[in-house]
Amino acid sequence: MSMGPVVIVGAGQGGFQAALSLRQEGYEGPITLIGAEPGLPYQRPPLSKAYLKSGEAEKLVLRPQKVFDAKDITLRTGTRVEGLDRAARQVVIGDERLDYETLILATGTRNLRPPLPGVERALDLRTLEDAATLRAALDQPRRVAVIGGGFIGLEFAAVAASLGHRVSLAEAAPRLMARAVSPEMSERFRALHETLGTALYLGNGVTEVTGQGIGLADGTRLDADLVLLAAGVCPNVDLAKAAGLEVDNGIVVDATLRTADPHIFALGDCAAFPEARSGARVRLESVQAATDHARAIAKTIVHGTTDPYAAVPWFWSDQHDCKLQIAGLALPGDESVLLDSGAVLRFRDGRLSAVETVNDAKTHMKARRLLAQDAAPTRDSLLERNYDLTAA
Amino acid sequence: MPKVTYIEHDGTETTLEAASGDSVMETAIAGGVDGIVAECGGSMMCATCHCYVDDAWIERTGTRSEGEDDMLESAVCEVKPTSRLSCQIAMTPELDGLVVHLPEEQV
Repeated sequence: MSMGPVVIVGAGQGGFQAALSLRQEGYEGPITLIGAEPGLPYQRPPLSKAYLKSGEAEKLVLRPQKVFDAKDITLRTGTRVEGLDRAARQVVIGDERLDYETLILATGTRNLRPPLPGVERALDLRTLEDAATLRAALDQPRRVAVIGGGFIGLEFAAVAASLGHRVSLAEAAPRLMARAVSPEMSERFRALHETLGTALYLGNGVTEVTGQGIGLADGTRLDADLVLLAAGVCPNVDLAKAAGLEVDNGIVVDATLRTADPHIFALGDCAAFPEARSGARVRLESVQAATDHARAIAKTIVHGTTDPYAAVPWFWSDQHDCKLQIAGLALPGDESVLLDSGAVLRFRDGRLSAVETVNDAKTHMKARRLLAQDAAPTRDSLLERNYDLTAA
Repeated sequence: MPKVTYIEHDGTETTLEAASGDSVMETAIAGGVDGIVAECGGSMMCATCHCYVDDAWIERTGTRSEGEDDMLESAVCEVKPTSRLSCQIAMTPELDGLVVHLPEEQV
């Protein structure tokens, strides 16, 4: 094992986990974890869920400072890395250059800000600072317009509606969460949000943001005094790109999460990696990908393991009283089977690819285990037991 | 404030004061206890805050919450009758002095 310095760029959940896992695997060299945001590394998922209600920022912190001290992890927050010098193996921070033997890029994503007139009036929900601004804005009755019907937009809409605000939501695609779930699950959540009183405008893109609200493609105008822009994210690949690393919807890595430069790995939201079961190059925006990537990279650095990364993806979204859970990874065009229980099984080439459930941890966990097998169950074998995963 | 003692697999003992209402998991994270991972932050999406409630306390910590059994099935270490997800045990004055044992691994 090399004990040369490890530098981790990005102190989100993935970067943090990489630092922790390196120590747990027995790495004794210097570790520097660099984050652009101020403060200790924190969890993002609650920003659009519990935090909006509770405002308890201290509960978001992943670990207190004393853990970084005890593990001899140098945490540099509020620090932006401006460049990489691959030939010299250094990261550039202002006038300073920091040596690395191994570099881990955990730069995450940033919000997409489409070039709409007036878009600067819309708020984001990505950082703790964003969430604090939104939470403060919800202290009086608001007419809220949400741009984007993905997870963040819908989680925020559900919280705002439950707090009594008047909420409308516009999504350019014809259904909610279209990239991530089946049409059947989209429909279930459409019904949920309408029950909560949220006015949904689907297949209707936003054309402008004004002081009065937002305008939609079909001419509809939605009155709002608070506009949230939740139209997706783009990976932070600028450092990698400028350093000549391959970028294709994320920093391109191999099955061990290493870039073409053997000294540089990438993980989590910013990494485009070959997904073991589908063979597709994917980029996943999830805690699971960030932390499982981090652990795999730590093992590779410390023990030299070269096993291809093969963790089963999982994901969750809390919307009102519904916990949506997804195990596995469906690709566009995978078939769907809606069960009486409300679960949706996804199939590709006759094998289970993903399982979507709502408030059904049993089926979700069973799905995670089934999908972790070398070969996912065939549709026929599942049909024989009436698609009841928990019976297996 | 109620106290909780964590006994890690290697015998390391840590006693922490819990803010009332905080979970056994949240208290461990805030106190820097190594043997609790809590990957999902208490969202009941993982089983990485698995603990064994000390036999003397099992009556008082109550029963597993809905869905907790299902998550525990995926715990890396052996699940025993005393197994709980520590994110699901809220610290109350009645639990002052609670002792939990931590498994060898969480992931």
